[in-house]
Amino acid sequence: MVATRLLPSEEAHDLIDLTREICDKELRPRVDAAEAAAAVDPQFPRDVYKILGRAGLLSLPYAEEWGGGGQPYEVYLQVVEEIASAWMSVAVGVSVHSLTAYPVATVGTDAQKQALLTGMLSGDQLGAYCLSEPLAGSDIGSMTTRATPDGSAGDGWTIKGRKAWISHAGHADYYTSFVRTSDDGGRGLSCFVVPGVAAGLTFGAPERKMGLHCDTVREVIYDTVPVDGDRLVGTEGQGMAIALAALDSGRLGIAAAATGLAQSALDLAASYAKDRMQFGRPIADNQGLAFMVADMEAAVTGARAAYLHAARLKDAGRAFSKEAAVAKLLCTDAAMRVTTDAIQVLGGAGYTQDFPAERMFREAKVTQIFEGTNQIQRLVISRHVLKG
Amino acid sequence: MNIVVCVKYVPDAQSDRTFNESDNTTDRVGVDGLLSELDEYAVEEALKLVEAGEGEVTVVTVGPDQAADALKKALQMGADKAVHVKDDAIHGSDAVATSLVLAEAIKKIGSPDLVITGMASTDGTMSVVPAMLAERLGLPQVTFASELSIDGSTVTIRRDGDAASETIVATLPALVSVTDQINEPRFPSFKGIMAAKKKPVEEWALADLGVDASQVGLEAAWSKVESFTKRPPREQGQIVTDDGDGGTKLAEFLYAQKFV
Repeated sequence: MVATRLLPSEEAHDLIDLTREICDKELRPRVDAAEAAAAVDPQFPRDVYKILGRAGLLSLPYAEEWGGGGQPYEVYLQVVEEIASAWMSVAVGVSVHSLTAYPVATVGTDAQKQALLTGMLSGDQLGAYCLSEPLAGSDIGSMTTRATPDGSAGDGWTIKGRKAWISHAGHADYYTSFVRTSDDGGRGLSCFVVPGVAAGLTFGAPERKMGLHCDTVREVIYDTVPVDGDRLVGTEGQGMAIALAALDSGRLGIAAAATGLAQSALDLAASYAKDRMQFGRPIADNQGLAFMVADMEAAVTGARAAYLHAARLKDAGRAFSKEAAVAKLLCTDAAMRVTTDAIQVLGGAGYTQDFPAERMFREAKVTQIFEGTNQIQRLVISRHVLKG
Repeated sequence: MNIVVCVKYVPDAQSDRTFNESDNTTDRVGVDGLLSELDEYAVEEALKLVEAGEGEVTVVTVGPDQAADALKKALQMGADKAVHVKDDAIHGSDAVATSLVLAEAIKKIGSPDLVITGMASTDGTMSVVPAMLAERLGLPQVTFASELSIDGSTVTIRRDGDAASETIVATLPALVSVTDQINEPRFPSFKGIMAAKKKPVEEWALADLGVDASQVGLEAAWSKVESFTKRPPREQGQIVTDDGDGGTKLAEFLYAQKFV
């Protein structure tokens, strides 16, 4: 079923129509084969991002002045949800890419916006977001990748270390990297935009994951990578604050993607339940099964409402950190439950690779883990609720 | 080079398509509609020609209020301006009347160097409007183009037939209908969506074109749908029980149906 959407403008309606058309013509016909192939032999659908980029879907939540679409999060996220309902890996990629432009767009100088942001928002480029490390996941303050001044007149830096779980690694045009510039714990982090062609930048082998195979994830290894001084975004020591603020927005991207994934699992289950005959009638005629479908619909509708509430707070310039964490928690848990139930509705067929239910189930699992585990979301939420 | 592209708003083939019970015409109001996919190729070809040189692309449609969506899509793809001919009297028009209205609209738009149409609409699929329109405009008609090139004052197309491919040359101005082999229509972009909102869309009635209402509509149509019957639901196929001779029975079935 096509999701019912309240949108704030005519162009937003047209944008959703455009997204659906691209999903139907370019994404849905390819997703099954591409994910199955990438599970065996890593491959990244860079050409799909070219199509999205040309259509202007890789820069929606940023200012038109710098090449963005000037769209509120309320609209941008519903585009991400639509993409996720067709191809989850690509929706995650769109969310990640959008996040990579966040530091320059929010704290960059006008010169940096001209030099870096216009390219990031052009639709031609794809970014990677480098925060986690092998020993610094949820505890980002413990990161050890370090930038040291190279002593040159241009205030250049040299970065050494490694980042883990990096989407688009090896395919990205630039790497928005959070690294240590002093030993002052969480206050000692800074943000750099490292060009993909930088000397000394190499990548580990693609991770062998449970799902989201077309989201290529690798280690990024900085082996004495030189970075110009004008690629330091914000001030020295501002990195942690930038990363945490960016994560609030990134969580909404993942929440929206998880909602789209849940919607497609629900659609699959509902359509199967109406077609599958047992005891001379569709299995949907059994109330026990129909009520499962009802619970799935309620979960998807609730998830959508949760991320849109947080998005509208953000668009209004209000605090939304707690609501973003709530949305990430609700939407990804909904995706896990709905995809699990979708397999149940499809029965034995759902357990086979002949239907996409088992793929969606595998894709849902990671949404409870990345962009802050759902335990971290509960930490964020409880601190907000219990403070003072 | 100034190009006029004729486009049509058609019921979405993905949805249920129906006829009006009252007059047996296609229901265009109560169903989801869109720019005929075959017309996207015409729009794309026009945009490519203008982008390679200069001039502008005007899209024109004849249809009810909802047909504005077809024009909007063409404008979002990159067409420069649009003309929407709408008039209650046009309802039920056949291809003869449609070609008359389109011809008068194109004359009013100006004298384009090229008129491009799709090879057919995806609803009526008659393919006759391009030929009728060329006749009314006094233009050479070069139809079913799977390739198109312009050189000075001539247009050259390739038309792929069952037995041979023809190369056909005509002098400009001319009318060309294009097939779905000629190009890969672009998606609109979000910038295109925003730009389309500011592009001019003119709305003309029959009176603006000097066409008398008696020349169009269901009453003037040369042919009418007398009645229609819904396609019967698909019947269950024949089930053969395999008692060890399934292969033979299958072969017998295929032979009886003249498949082998």
